[in-house]
Amino acid sequence: MTVRERLRQNISAAFYRHGLLCASYPVPIILFTSVSILTCCYPLLKLPLPGTGPVEFTTGAKDYSVPSHEPQGDLGERPDWYQGPPVAYIQQVLVKAAVSPWDSSLVPVDVFRSPLGRVFSLLEEIRNHVYTDRSLETLCLQVTELLPGLRRMQSILPEHGCLLVSPGNYWQNRRDLFDSDPDILKTVHQHEPKGIHTSATLKDLLFGVPGKNTGVSLYSRKRVVTYTITIALSSYDARFVASLRARLKQLHPSVNCTLREDHMVHVHFKEEIGIAELIPLVTTYIILFAYIYFSTRKIDMVKSKWGLALAAVVTVLSSLLMSVGLCTLFGLTPTLNGGSIFPYLVVVIGLENVLVLTKSVVSTPVDLEVKLRIAQGLSSESWSIMKNMATELVIILIGYFTLVPAIQEFCLFAVVGLVSDFFLQMFFFTTVLSIDIRRMELADLNRRLPAEAGMPPPPKPGPLRPREAPPPPRPSPHTITLQAPAFRNLRLPKRLRVVYFLARTRLAQRIIMVGTVIWIGILVYTDPAGLRTYLAAQVSEQSPLGEAGLPPHLGVAPVFPGGDPTSTLSVLPAPEPTPLPENQSQGHGASRPGGAPLTSPQISWGSEDEEVWRRLSFRYWPSLFSYYNITLAKRYISILPVIPVTLHLNPQEAIEMRHPQDTQHAPRSSAKTTDLQTDLTLYKVAALGLFAGVVLVLLLFCLYRVLCPRNYGQNGVQHGRRRRGDLPCDEYGYSPPVSEISPLLLRGHSMDIECLASDGMLLASCCLAGQIRVWDAQTGDCLTVIPNNGYIRTHTCTLKCCPLSLPGPPLRRRVTPSRPTLFGDQPDLTPLIDTNFGELPPSHTTVGFGFDFGGLVEKAYKEHEASPTMHFTRRRSLGDPPVAPPERINVSPGEWDSSVWSLELRGNLIAAGRSSGKLELWDAVEGTLRCCNEDGSSGITALAFLNNRIVAARLNGSLDFFTVDINKPLGLLQYRGPPGRASLPSSPCYSSEDVISCQLTRSVQCAHQKPITVLRAAAGRVVTGSQDHTVRVYRLEDSCCLFTLQGHSGGITAIYIDQTMVLASGGQDGAICLWDVLTGSRVSHVYGHRGDVTSLVCTNSCVISSGLDDLICIWDRSTGIKLYSIQQEVGCGSSLGVISDSLLVTGGHGCVSFWDLNYGDLLQTVYLGQNSEGQHVRQLLVLDNAAIVCDFGSELSLVYVPSVLEKLD
Amino acid sequence: MLLSLYLLTAMAEATRLSSNGTAQRGPYISVITNRTTNLLIRGTMLFGVGVFLALVLNLLQVQRNVTLFPPDVISSIFSSAWWVPPCCGTASALIGLLYPCIDRRLGEPHKLKREWSSVMRCVAVFVGINHASAKVDFANNVQLSLTLAALSVGLWWTFDRSRSGFGLGVAIALLATLATQLLVYNGVFQYTSPDFLYIRSWLPCIFFAGVITMGNIGRQLALYECKVVQEKIHQD
Repeated sequence: MTVRERLRQNISAAFYRHGLLCASYPVPIILFTSVSILTCCYPLLKLPLPGTGPVEFTTGAKDYSVPSHEPQGDLGERPDWYQGPPVAYIQQVLVKAAVSPWDSSLVPVDVFRSPLGRVFSLLEEIRNHVYTDRSLETLCLQVTELLPGLRRMQSILPEHGCLLVSPGNYWQNRRDLFDSDPDILKTVHQHEPKGIHTSATLKDLLFGVPGKNTGVSLYSRKRVVTYTITIALSSYDARFVASLRARLKQLHPSVNCTLREDHMVHVHFKEEIGIAELIPLVTTYIILFAYIYFSTRKIDMVKSKWGLALAAVVTVLSSLLMSVGLCTLFGLTPTLNGGSIFPYLVVVIGLENVLVLTKSVVSTPVDLEVKLRIAQGLSSESWSIMKNMATELVIILIGYFTLVPAIQEFCLFAVVGLVSDFFLQMFFFTTVLSIDIRRMELADLNRRLPAEAGMPPPPKPGPLRPREAPPPPRPSPHTITLQAPAFRNLRLPKRLRVVYFLARTRLAQRIIMVGTVIWIGILVYTDPAGLRTYLAAQVSEQSPLGEAGLPPHLGVAPVFPGGDPTSTLSVLPAPEPTPLPENQSQGHGASRPGGAPLTSPQISWGSEDEEVWRRLSFRYWPSLFSYYNITLAKRYISILPVIPVTLHLNPQEAIEMRHPQDTQHAPRSSAKTTDLQTDLTLYKVAALGLFAGVVLVLLLFCLYRVLCPRNYGQNGVQHGRRRRGDLPCDEYGYSPPVSEISPLLLRGHSMDIECLASDGMLLASCCLAGQIRVWDAQTGDCLTVIPNNGYIRTHTCTLKCCPLSLPGPPLRRRVTPSRPTLFGDQPDLTPLIDTNFGELPPSHTTVGFGFDFGGLVEKAYKEHEASPTMHFTRRRSLGDPPVAPPERINVSPGEWDSSVWSLELRGNLIAAGRSSGKLELWDAVEGTLRCCNEDGSSGITALAFLNNRIVAARLNGSLDFFTVDINKPLGLLQYRGPPGRASLPSSPCYSSEDVISCQLTRSVQCAHQKPITVLRAAAGRVVTGSQDHTVRVYRLEDSCCLFTLQGHSGGITAIYIDQTMVLASGGQDGAICLWDVLTGSRVSHVYGHRGDVTSLVCTNSCVISSGLDDLICIWDRSTGIKLYSIQQEVGCGSSLGVISDSLLVTGGHGCVSFWDLNYGDLLQTVYLGQNSEGQHVRQLLVLDNAAIVCDFGSELSLVYVPSVLEKLD
Repeated sequence: MLLSLYLLTAMAEATRLSSNGTAQRGPYISVITNRTTNLLIRGTMLFGVGVFLALVLNLLQVQRNVTLFPPDVISSIFSSAWWVPPCCGTASALIGLLYPCIDRRLGEPHKLKREWSSVMRCVAVFVGINHASAKVDFANNVQLSLTLAALSVGLWWTFDRSRSGFGLGVAIALLATLATQLLVYNGVFQYTSPDFLYIRSWLPCIFFAGVITMGNIGRQLALYECKVVQEKIHQD
């Protein structure tokens, strides 16, 4: 044993033990894994969040010195970007100007015209300010020309000079242009972009405050104009700045200004990702998602595909996070752009291992315990997993030695990520997988339980699955389970489904509710519209005690009635003779007794004015500088404390500055109307709000009425024909409209219908009483009634002699022979029950269980129960009913020859095979016996009528080929000529015109060792299936046996063959085999059912099988993979038919259901009759003309389904 | 790209349908199974992928602009000459069709991991190689070239591992480099900084990786045709 093999074994064993561990303790292991993930990710909290927002750092303004380039020892809280000089120092002069006292003679334009006009003098002042030998020109940031794309801004933004921005730039800093400007607002707004914009607009740039705070508006309530003059300095001269500040403050003192002046804010800008860089990034992410999609798509055969895919993605992502966290913990700070290398990391780490694990675990034998499955799956893939990981590690380590820092870092991340990914796979994903597999097992168990309950107790209480029954090769992908027939509903149209989904989840209501809560929360939290201040202002303005509500330091004004400016001014620190208009105005207001006080502008300085730039978009500075091709990416600017300037203007001054056209703007609003307006506005807002609320409530109510599912039942169509209870409703109480499909009931039989045959035009049925009725398949009219033993009219003793046998339990026809023997002459069958299991007659092939036997039958049984073992339980009928050997039937042939065991209809000839072995040919239209053949004595269990040949399978295993000789082609026989009795001795009259003779051409005596159970003929082949586990294929012409197909391990119970030579067979072992008729080879072999396969149908693409377990399975014909299965009601599994390639019809309790084969959707359920709930459909025959015939009890039902077909097309 | 993705899904759908073994072939599936049409569709898809990758990778190469002012997107996408993306597209279509063809001729079909997830991984690694060559600062050009060469060979080893693939890759990479060199000599365009014999030494590596990637895609696409044809034979 080489080292390699030993290693391999050890690894495999270790993985096996690990798998056992994971599957045994899933919850603790998942908890442990989560804790370790969180622990490893904890260092990530220290990392800065990725983003492009600017970062700030505040230093004192007093002891500021330009930070050096070299990182110093005591970094402290200094960020690492705070090195070297900034791009610029920003000095802002915040101007607040108002015309006061506000006079009733003023027009709205006066609010901002004269305050804006003062900017020019301020600019002049700033430009000309000189401290010692330094002027602004030497200190300011010199800009060259604008970017080529900004030609239209050339006239506005400064070029080739100081970067000094103010509203005056609109007028090229020229007073005369401003004075001659007829419409200031238009000038300001002509550069505004249309629509919504996120970055700074020109107005923001020039005014330096957010647009709504400037006060440059005709409807400004506060009548205070705010703007800034922004100066960009290239070097910081503290003394110059201080002198400028002092000068401006001296000129325009701000009274109550308490702005801090000792802080300098440094703002660092990250680099922004342009679209050009974004496109490759987005591409890599798209590729990443495609990779994840294509990978996780391969996860199959698990309970929850989505869950496992999610777990796989979580595994990879958290391993990445862990790797970054661990690297950070050990001192490596990521320098790479996380966003752009992330996809590559994911791709390198990959999802392959996870998929391999899943596949390996899923492919372990299903019947093992979950623990063992996980362990086996793990250990079988252990070697390849380890090998792959080693290879990847080696590759990445090679990459590490490229000695390129970026690649080294990438490799480091990848290595740690790989290791942590391995850890997570082993602990997290394996455990999740084990939980999933366990869930699937449980679901499997639950699904099987009802069927199990109906089965006889298993021979030995062994493991879940009997050993001898080979497990199905693949667990079913999914099963459609119907809870009750009442829930069967139409496949709803999509829009209705959407509406139902909305209604069921109350989605709309919830979204609205959540939205409202969030909205209110945001409103309260941020107070975006300044609601509180607005309300406070309104209250203070409206109340007659408005002045009392003012801050106390302003409230001193009433003390000086009449207004004594000088005395007020003496209090102020600045001895500038500028009058204090606020106080004055208040004085005026107070001095006017009874008069409504005018709202006079108040200029207040708050802490929010300290850093006015914060209220701007964070792109304000980058965009300002980018106009001059100066980038702020990865650089910083220093913002100096703002210089407050307060301007008060006299009304006279404002009037003087008026432009002639100003007065034409906006009607003069007197104080009265203003007040009224404010009142009105308040009321209007309130009324509008109320109205909107009412409308909203009404709208919601209407929506609710529309969406409310409960109304569907009440407002739905009132059906006259049916009671509501009859209608199938879905869980929302919605009843589908009465379908246009109305079944046609064919009544007439007195007993349960045994045999059914049709050729598309006619329909022949035979009941237990032996009565044959022929119906028109189009109209449902009863054409002919052939009573029992029609040619011996008086021979009705069968009914009299043994009435019990005939209404016996509605088993299929082949059970009937057992009845007489049971009751007639062999009451003591107990030994037979035990011994005759081997030679099973085909009696139970299509017998469903859970059948309602009907009172009469039960009573009859009770009366005639010979021994306690004779009670006909479902169990026995299901499994192996006691049946006498075939020869027993011959004991009393005279008595029992009347029962028809098989029926075929071709043209207008009915071929009936009787229990006595007699083959009869009847004229379907006339109801006359055309010929009779009594060559065989064993009961005919199955008949096939093809062209002019009849094949009869007998109970003793022989196969008889008959030829029907007629002097006219069969098709011409219809409705023609007098009822020519066949040339038979029993026939009273004889017609020479239509001579029909039925001759035995060949009899294969020992076609099968055991009774033939199924006989099908198509495409010139006759296929028989028998209890002896074999299928035989005969050629119809020469009755030559072509193949004996062996492969089943139980008796054959169902065979399907059609014109395209598709042969499928199902057996008692639950297996379905597909054969190639030409070569006799087995194409595929699948196990689908627990118990017998009761019927089989093939379409072009799939095979549909039903079994005793009431499961209808749909298989892919080419691959043999089970597509899905439909759980039927108990006892209804056997009846199914295929109408078109995509329409399946199944029988249920008193109803038939239509299914979409492609998707497994229930399309429609048609209820056959009022009181047919108890009866289940036992046979179902699909006619050519999109009609189906089904029998339930003594009635036949003819259902036309053209509409369903149309819908499908 | 979107169109090609759409075609891809449609083709996958068609294969899925036909693999169900039905005789209900619509006209659409017969179009897919038609050999010439199939070739055409594959060529178109490969062309689309090539053009898209050329545009995106060209964007990667665009040096970071100093300005924050968002540059004109359109102009940066089409910053290279107009004929470069179509050339890349045509080349990728040729390569993508050539690979499965050569596989068939040599009679050694590509066995390794023939899945779309693997192909996606390959494309991602290719983009990553380009990213590395454009964005990572290497000490010198030799280092850059060696790293890229190692990465390209690694790409081949991980996703291809066929001798024919390697040979074809090397041959086409050399040819393409030669062609580029001729163009440069004729002055059609200029390298920013030629480092080795007047060419950028990483160019062959990138070409090689691109050939491997496109070959991978082409083989995967050809798989559909194979499947459909097999299905057809089987059904006949």
